[in-house]
Amino acid sequence: MLKIENLHVSIKGREILKGVDLQINAGEVHAIMGPNGTGKSTLASVIAGKEGYDVTEGRIIYKGKDLMNMSIEDRAREGIFIGFQYPVEIPGVSIANFMRTALNEIREYRGLDPLNGAQFLRLMNEKQKVVELTDKLSNRSVNEGFSGGEKKRNEIFQMAMLEPTLSILDETDSGLDIDALRIVANGVNHLKTKDNATIVITHYQRLLDYIVPDVVHVLFDGKIVKTGTKELALELEKRGYDWIKEEYESAK
Amino acid sequence: MKAKTSYAQKLSQFQLQAQPDPYRPLEEVFKCQIWNLDTTTLPMLNGWYMHKQQPLTRLENGVVFGSLRAAQESYPEIIQNCHQAFSHTEKDELTTLNESQYTDGVFIYIPDDVKVADPFQIISVVNTQRDLLVQNRHVIYLGKSAEMSLIQCDDSVRYSNTFLNVVTEVYMSENAQMHYYKTENKEKESELYNHLYVHQKGHTHFHSNTVTFNAGYIRNSIVVNLCEPFADAQLYGLYLVDKSQQCDNHIKVNHCSTDCTSKQLYKGIMDDEAVAGFHGHVVVHPDAQRTAAFQTNRNILLTDKAKVNTTPFLEIYADDVQCSHGATVGQLDDEALFYLRSRGISEHNARKLLMFAFANEIIRYVEIDALQERLGDMVQRRLNGELTICDQCMLSDADNRDFVFPIDPSRI
Ligand SMILES: Nc1ncnc2c1ncn2[C@@H]1O[C@H](COP(=O)(O)OP(=O)(O)OP(=O)(O)O)[C@@H](O)[C@H]1O
Ligand SMILES: [Mg+2]
Repeated sequence: MLKIENLHVSIKGREILKGVDLQINAGEVHAIMGPNGTGKSTLASVIAGKEGYDVTEGRIIYKGKDLMNMSIEDRAREGIFIGFQYPVEIPGVSIANFMRTALNEIREYRGLDPLNGAQFLRLMNEKQKVVELTDKLSNRSVNEGFSGGEKKRNEIFQMAMLEPTLSILDETDSGLDIDALRIVANGVNHLKTKDNATIVITHYQRLLDYIVPDVVHVLFDGKIVKTGTKELALELEKRGYDWIKEEYESAK
Repeated sequence: MKAKTSYAQKLSQFQLQAQPDPYRPLEEVFKCQIWNLDTTTLPMLNGWYMHKQQPLTRLENGVVFGSLRAAQESYPEIIQNCHQAFSHTEKDELTTLNESQYTDGVFIYIPDDVKVADPFQIISVVNTQRDLLVQNRHVIYLGKSAEMSLIQCDDSVRYSNTFLNVVTEVYMSENAQMHYYKTENKEKESELYNHLYVHQKGHTHFHSNTVTFNAGYIRNSIVVNLCEPFADAQLYGLYLVDKSQQCDNHIKVNHCSTDCTSKQLYKGIMDDEAVAGFHGHVVVHPDAQRTAAFQTNRNILLTDKAKVNTTPFLEIYADDVQCSHGATVGQLDDEALFYLRSRGISEHNARKLLMFAFANEIIRYVEIDALQERLGDMVQRRLNGELTICDQCMLSDADNRDFVFPIDPSRI
């Protein structure tokens, strides 16, 4: 589904990603871990198509297409979804209006009829239940004045609404209390099918108890330096990153 | 900018209409399309109050409304009280001209403790082929703990040269509350000068929301005198102008007493060569301790040629005050734009959503639901380029519909 080859990315002339290789197939869950500032969010942003990131080398192939030639919105319409680490507040745009516009544009792109008001509301209600989001929240402006946890839950709600093929959840667990973590994880599991794939970026093994990954990667110094099974996450939890750094330095 | 002095000479190019038009039912001249909203309508046509028989209506609860001319006969002392309240207020040339020349206007009197549920609505229509001068004066008097809301609409139904000079005086006794909504949708040949003077006694609450959709030249000036402790004024405004339209908002809030609060929040979107101005002035007089006054003006310019002159200004003579002022001129938030697009929304629609959100912040302060909904819809259509000056309000015989002023979001 997603194939990243030798991806090099710079921000304002500074190289952040230094040759990332990654392959994800339908039905899989991958976890990406790694110390702060190693480029995990950068990778997510580049996949989303955010401006300001220069891809100097390599490519990203998604469903057989080169993503670099695709606009931000077309990537979303092709089924890519990023649960952002820091969701933006948009005062004055209601979640309902936002989701209805998004959903209908995606449907149009796929040659489907738009949902009418009643159909849309039914869908909203159904999906709100997935993440136990209250009406009080969904009537408000996008993320405006939301607590950290509420923002993350709103990201998963949007994911539930848009039913993406490839979801990248960037630290969706940070800032969540235990109950919210369970709700969010259940939401993600509920949405999982054999045809879609998920990448969870996280610092904590905790989340991976709920969302069990097929593959765990460690991103360090702009590269994926280690790949393993879910046991790798447990090991990182116990031992930290020092041994990874040492292995990486001595291999250089 | 248009010349600021010697309006007398300029006004001489226009003609006052000496007599009211013969009576016609309002529906024949004008249709207001605010859904689900019951209002007490006060129609003005070409500068005169329109009425069938009685120029003044008295309700059982003591509320009086109708023609100011007629009220001068029946309620001279109330009107005198109101004028008196502003005798020391600095007035500009146009207000002074209006004092000596006005033809007619609206009079509203709300007795003590009466809370009027349905809003009053002054609809001022210009429908003539002459170069018309309209000089209107409205007097609104609220007794103690009285409550009312007023919607004042300025619309044109013909494309003639008009010069409107309107002065509205509001007197608020202790504890009174008033919500004042102003919508303006004028064609490019018109010049409209609105002057609003508000006198607030203790514990009063005044709220205004001035929305300009289209303008030839419009100047809204508001002077609020907070005269006794715990008076509060909240002033909101939105202007959406393009082509060669001009819109100025001049606001002066005088904090004359202790413990008063005031807030100004004005926002605008300017396209093409449109020019807007925000001149907010707060004076905190020496005795006005514990004043809280806030001023904010935010603007989005869509072209290099569009302009905004913004001068939020605080003049403070007391020491125990909490004041802030700020102005921004900018563009849409890139992060928000990216976020919307990352969910599949086209850049064009994402810009439109953000522009609407920017403008709608002001509309959200409208406390009459049906009006809020209607104005929100008008903002949406204004930004889509679908709102013409004849759209909201149509004369049955208005057939020209060539005034489409689209704001093109792709150019931000
Ligand atoms: N817009 C930007 N301008 C300049 N530097 C940036 C920008 N965005 C990211 N960086 C830099 O790129 C590097 C990688 O950042 P990134 O956010 O991808 O890290 P991360 O792995 O997600 O970290 P964390 O675990 O803290 O979320 C950091 O050094 C960061 O300062
Ligand atoms: Mg990050």
